[in-house]
Amino acid sequence: MSKALRTHILNGLDKGLRLDGRKDSEIRDIKVEYDVTKNAEGSAKVTWGETEVIAGVKMGLESPYDDSPEDGNLMVNAELLPLSNPEFETGPPSIQSIEMARVIDRGIRESKSIDTKKLCLKKGEKVWSVMVDIIPINDAGNLLDAGSLAAIAAIKNAKFPEVSKDFEVDYKKKSKTGIPLKQEPIEVTVYKIGEHLIVDPTIDELKVYDARLTVAFVANGDLVAMQKGGDEAITIETIGKMVELAHKTSEVVRAKLG
Amino acid sequence: MSFTKRPDGRKFEDLRKMEAKVGVIKRADGSAWFKIGDTEAYAAVYGPRELYPRFMQDPQKGILRCHYNMMPFSGSGDRIRPGGNRRSKEIGLVTQKALLPVLDLSKFSNAVVDVFIEFPQTDAGSRCAGITAAAMALADAGIPMKDLIAAVAVGRVDDKVVADLCYDEEAYEDGPVADIPLAMLPATGKMSLLQMDGEIGKEQLMQALELGKKAMMDIHALQTKALKEKYK
Repeated sequence: MSKALRTHILNGLDKGLRLDGRKDSEIRDIKVEYDVTKNAEGSAKVTWGETEVIAGVKMGLESPYDDSPEDGNLMVNAELLPLSNPEFETGPPSIQSIEMARVIDRGIRESKSIDTKKLCLKKGEKVWSVMVDIIPINDAGNLLDAGSLAAIAAIKNAKFPEVSKDFEVDYKKKSKTGIPLKQEPIEVTVYKIGEHLIVDPTIDELKVYDARLTVAFVANGDLVAMQKGGDEAITIETIGKMVELAHKTSEVVRAKLG
Repeated sequence: MSFTKRPDGRKFEDLRKMEAKVGVIKRADGSAWFKIGDTEAYAAVYGPRELYPRFMQDPQKGILRCHYNMMPFSGSGDRIRPGGNRRSKEIGLVTQKALLPVLDLSKFSNAVVDVFIEFPQTDAGSRCAGITAAAMALADAGIPMKDLIAAVAVGRVDDKVVADLCYDEEAYEDGPVADIPLAMLPATGKMSLLQMDGEIGKEQLMQALELGKKAMMDIHALQTKALKEKYK
């Protein structure tokens, strides 16, 4: 961690100012575009400040797991492309990308957004696998929240491909049926730097934070997933404040999903 | 039945609709986006920067590394498993060879220039689209270059010589097909990428190369325009 950068950022926060002029609880502009790539069954691009993330959904017919013969499958993957950030490297998935994918996966899975029973075509034989890939194009901070928003937007946008009677998938033909979505979870991560709590961090802020808490909310304000990160332990009081700020922010983000 | 009409209604010598933009990825030292038909490429350049592992370093000059990758959802049909394969490695190699002749890396001892090419969407001609985007990104990054590189695939479908094949033409089944990806230095007309698969006669090959040359001059004009657009 750069001590000088941390001191600089903390001095600003003490005066109520972040390096890009935002307030602690202020997020950058968000734009959600749908249907951004035509070979995916669903896709969305989220532009969040200068951060840009594409998420795409592919669907495939597979055999279900033995212990859940009537349930389809959900898979969420994140690829932290070296195209999007000079510090990302080629090679096997980094621990950062695995954590990001798993935290986003949990928000979608635990909110029971997707009724996996509705992904079953023939019990014990054919179920849909929904595979979501989250790909940053430009990483200007807060990939986690932007990626999560892109993922849910892409799922919302997805349409099943046509299937013949003998379960041949025709990827060239999209049906009119989308994935039945019961909830639209929104994830927001709150960062603690010194005594300050901020949302939507920049790259510099991400280099100096002490602790973070990601919280996924459904529309009624209930929590469906959490993940604490960072090196510092946090008090129950701080957790309460972080959850409060995350919830307030999630309402702003939810409005952008449309 | 012979091939008398292209599936998308183009003339045999026509390119698909193209768009180009420079400076699309803020974190990168240079970047570009190029779309031709339904094939869409991003290219980002990082460097010159320190090269690890150290044994790869060359004290005489910098090295160029090119990475070609299709996003998992970019193709029609099954999801593409991330992490690369033999095909993407080979394309990375021929991309590097296509770009090197115009680059001067002699001042960058022990360093690397990394080019990352990514496809959100593909419909044939992706390696050429990637090279076209990469050349603009390298220029945007300020790497010394004596020319740009433009790239396109040409070929034959049945008895016709065509430019810029789309997927349905590559997969044409009622007659022979040849697919010939090309890259060219526009200033001299020399080719820095030449591959082929399929079948073609000598005479048709020469026609296809001439057609490619003309097409790549058009692509070069668009590249120049996109670069000027950023630096105007």
